Amino acid sequence: MDFDLSPEQSQLKDGVDRLIASSYGSLEARQKLAKEPLGFSKAGWARFAEMGLLGIPFSEEEGGFGGGPVETLLVMEALGRGLALEPYLATVVLGGGAVRLGGSAQMKERVIPGIVEGTARLALAFTEKQSRYDLFDVVATARKTAEGYVLEGAKSVVIHGDSAHHLVVSARTAGRRRDHDGISLFLVPADAEGVKIHGYPTQDGGRAAEVAFSGVIVPAEAMIGDEGGGLPILERVAEFAIAALASEAVGVMDALHALTVDYLKTRQQFGGPIAQFQVLQHRAVDMLIAVEQARSMAAYAAMMVDHTDAAERAAALSAVKVQVNRSCRLVGQEAVQLHGGIGMTMEYLGAHYFKRLTMIESLFGDTTHHLRRVSAAGGLAA
Amino acid sequence: MDLRFTPEETAFRDEARTFFRTEIPAEIRKKVSEGRGLSRDDMVTSQRIMNARGWAVPHWPKEWGGKDWTPIQRYIYTEEMLLAAVPLPLQFNCYMVGPVIAAFGNQAQKEKHLARIANLDEWWCQGFSEPGAGSDLASLKTKAVREGEHYIVNGQKTWTTLGQHADWIFCLVRTDPAAKKQAGISFILIDMKTPGITVRPIITLEGRHEVNEVFFDNVKVPVENLVGEENKGWDYAKFLLANERTGIARIGLSKERLARIKRLAREMPAGDGTMWDDAAFRERLAEVEIELKALEITQMRVVAAQGKRDSSKPDPASSILKIKGSQLQQATTELLLEVAGPFALAAPVRSGDLTNDWPFDYDWADASAASYFNNRKVSIYGGSNEIQKNIIAKAVLGL
Ligand SMILES: Cc1cc2nc3c(=O)[nH]c(=O)nc-3n(C[C@H](O)[C@H](O)[C@H](O)COP(=O)(O)OP(=O)(O)OC[C@H]3O[C@@H](n4cnc5c(N)ncnc54)[C@H](O)[C@@H]3O)c2cc1C
Repeated sequence: MDFDLSPEQSQLKDGVDRLIASSYGSLEARQKLAKEPLGFSKAGWARFAEMGLLGIPFSEEEGGFGGGPVETLLVMEALGRGLALEPYLATVVLGGGAVRLGGSAQMKERVIPGIVEGTARLALAFTEKQSRYDLFDVVATARKTAEGYVLEGAKSVVIHGDSAHHLVVSARTAGRRRDHDGISLFLVPADAEGVKIHGYPTQDGGRAAEVAFSGVIVPAEAMIGDEGGGLPILERVAEFAIAALASEAVGVMDALHALTVDYLKTRQQFGGPIAQFQVLQHRAVDMLIAVEQARSMAAYAAMMVDHTDAAERAAALSAVKVQVNRSCRLVGQEAVQLHGGIGMTMEYLGAHYFKRLTMIESLFGDTTHHLRRVSAAGGLAA
Repeated sequence: MDLRFTPEETAFRDEARTFFRTEIPAEIRKKVSEGRGLSRDDMVTSQRIMNARGWAVPHWPKEWGGKDWTPIQRYIYTEEMLLAAVPLPLQFNCYMVGPVIAAFGNQAQKEKHLARIANLDEWWCQGFSEPGAGSDLASLKTKAVREGEHYIVNGQKTWTTLGQHADWIFCLVRTDPAAKKQAGISFILIDMKTPGITVRPIITLEGRHEVNEVFFDNVKVPVENLVGEENKGWDYAKFLLANERTGIARIGLSKERLARIKRLAREMPAGDGTMWDDAAFRERLAEVEIELKALEITQMRVVAAQGKRDSSKPDPASSILKIKGSQLQQATTELLLEVAGPFALAAPVRSGDLTNDWPFDYDWADASAASYFNNRKVSIYGGSNEIQKNIIAKAVLGL
């Protein structure tokens, strides 16, 4: 067993930490970037590409750098610490993940180099108004025609859906609303005729979109994976997403906990720092325990995300999400409380961390959703 | 012991229920229910309707518009208001500065302000907290120096709720720098239009402009604006805070929110049915409901005892109501957030304006995270829950 980073991994970590620190040195810098037309800085995205971050999970044959889950962990943790706005998760982990895991050789050749260079951004359009967190709950349809497929339907809260060049869309080619079979994935150009995208800000300072498809024609080659075989790919993507979010959450929590401890030491009330009150010391310790529990689960996620037994892997990633969600809630709420009024304001960086943690909880399944999955699996494998 | 209302109390409850639900405009109540911000006009409209009936300030002395209600009646009145999602009359007016002026102000101050306070012709805000004086309020530094017929005020207040709408601010200021902490503080009334006052907005978590910083730079305040005696301000502040605690548990608000959550859960698709079909969700909701019921009875016990004790001193039992009540308010927003699920991610883009174009089927979901964020404040302001626990430990347990 070895939790130490290799020299290459340490180098990656230092590099990405520096990059994030230089772009997101202050809350004002972040707020300014959030106001850019795309909701993040194009130049920042280009720097991600230059550093090779956008190619991490893709193999060298695909035009990437052949990194594994640990490399993704390092990047996501840094993004979390900086509250980065770039669509890394949406493009590289979600959309890019679907192409990597299910795309044909031609599609990979067509799309992945653009992702790696930073010229192609993707988004994953899978949530529907009735689906909540069930990936298989799909009403949108794709009807087969002579030219390919015709897409009809709507997707909700598509993260970074309004800045993506391509959307990976789940749609039914067969079956009924909650059937596991009959779901297919398609790579759809965001500017295809019949695609309507309504972007809006999200609670954590990011962007999302409602996307409607009406009579959208895509060629047969736009399909990712086999017809009707989209769900297993989507599930794999969700597992990678949970692993990535776990690391991001650790970065956020780590930073927020440090801010809080620092505040306890500096804030003066009743003739001394408020750290003098033991009740607050204990609360800061409880936060630390929660952060460490999450950090361990992020490592567990990196270990299990490529595990070959699909059932064990699924239960493990759900377990990760449960623990991380719980830590997010505790650390976020306690940080605000221990700061007093200042923790309630948008002028305070800590408040933004709290909001991001709250939103991470609801991405790819809330606590109840994943607890139920672990329980249905009969718990975790030993 | 009989926990049931008497027939008279029941009749009063029905009267209050009908009044709040028929007389206060539905759009205002909808905004309150959804946890959206109210405009100044909304607040004024609502309070004036209540005042026209003599119901804005029932707890005031009778000669200034109060009612001879029993503590039970006042309790029923507040709870019915909250249950109907009617905004409480402006707290700073009706529960803070009004009672202080009525109890400690001089005749001229009473005649000048009280009727206008009750009718929200004057909007008041509370200038207690400072950057360096939060939980440790008595360490406040804003000072008022007597020069002839004026006090010259210098310093800064912060977290001033809705100060942007205010005509007046009531402040705790230091008038005797030599005296020990609590001893040198006075309670003064300051016209917000006085030269030298600057208000800077502070945007809170959910993105709304709810609080402010207020700066005082050589602000000239006529000495007649001193309430009561110089250097006795701390006593008046304690009286005010005792008043503030009435209805602090906000039981009716949490009940109203739970009812709404049940309604939304029945509409929100989940699995083959709705969220409401999920036993685990119902159990979590029931847990909150049960605690709320217990707190409701606790509150009634406190209310019943109120008639029998010295009301000028805060009742340490009110700290129990504040702690548990705030926790339950927060718990309800967590349930709301859970119902909104993935749709909670969307930020409110219409902030109180219900007519904007909005792409969602769930037109309430964008306000769910905002409610959750905003309600973190209830365990911080009005004496944080940690401070409340200190009070109980000391005053009740003698630790
Ligand atoms: C939304 C909002 C609206 C407000 N509106 C107003 C207003 O209109 N007018 C006004 O005057 N004020 C207002 N306040 C201020 C409010 O009363 C203060 O925020 C509160 O008193 C806490 O002070 P603080 O924020 O400085 O936190 P601090 O006092 O710095 O406390 C920080 C943390 O330390 C803890 N702590 C402090 N002392 C102790 C102790 N002895 N033992 C254990 N723990 C301790 C606190 O509980 C908290 O967790 C408002 C605050 C908020 C958030």
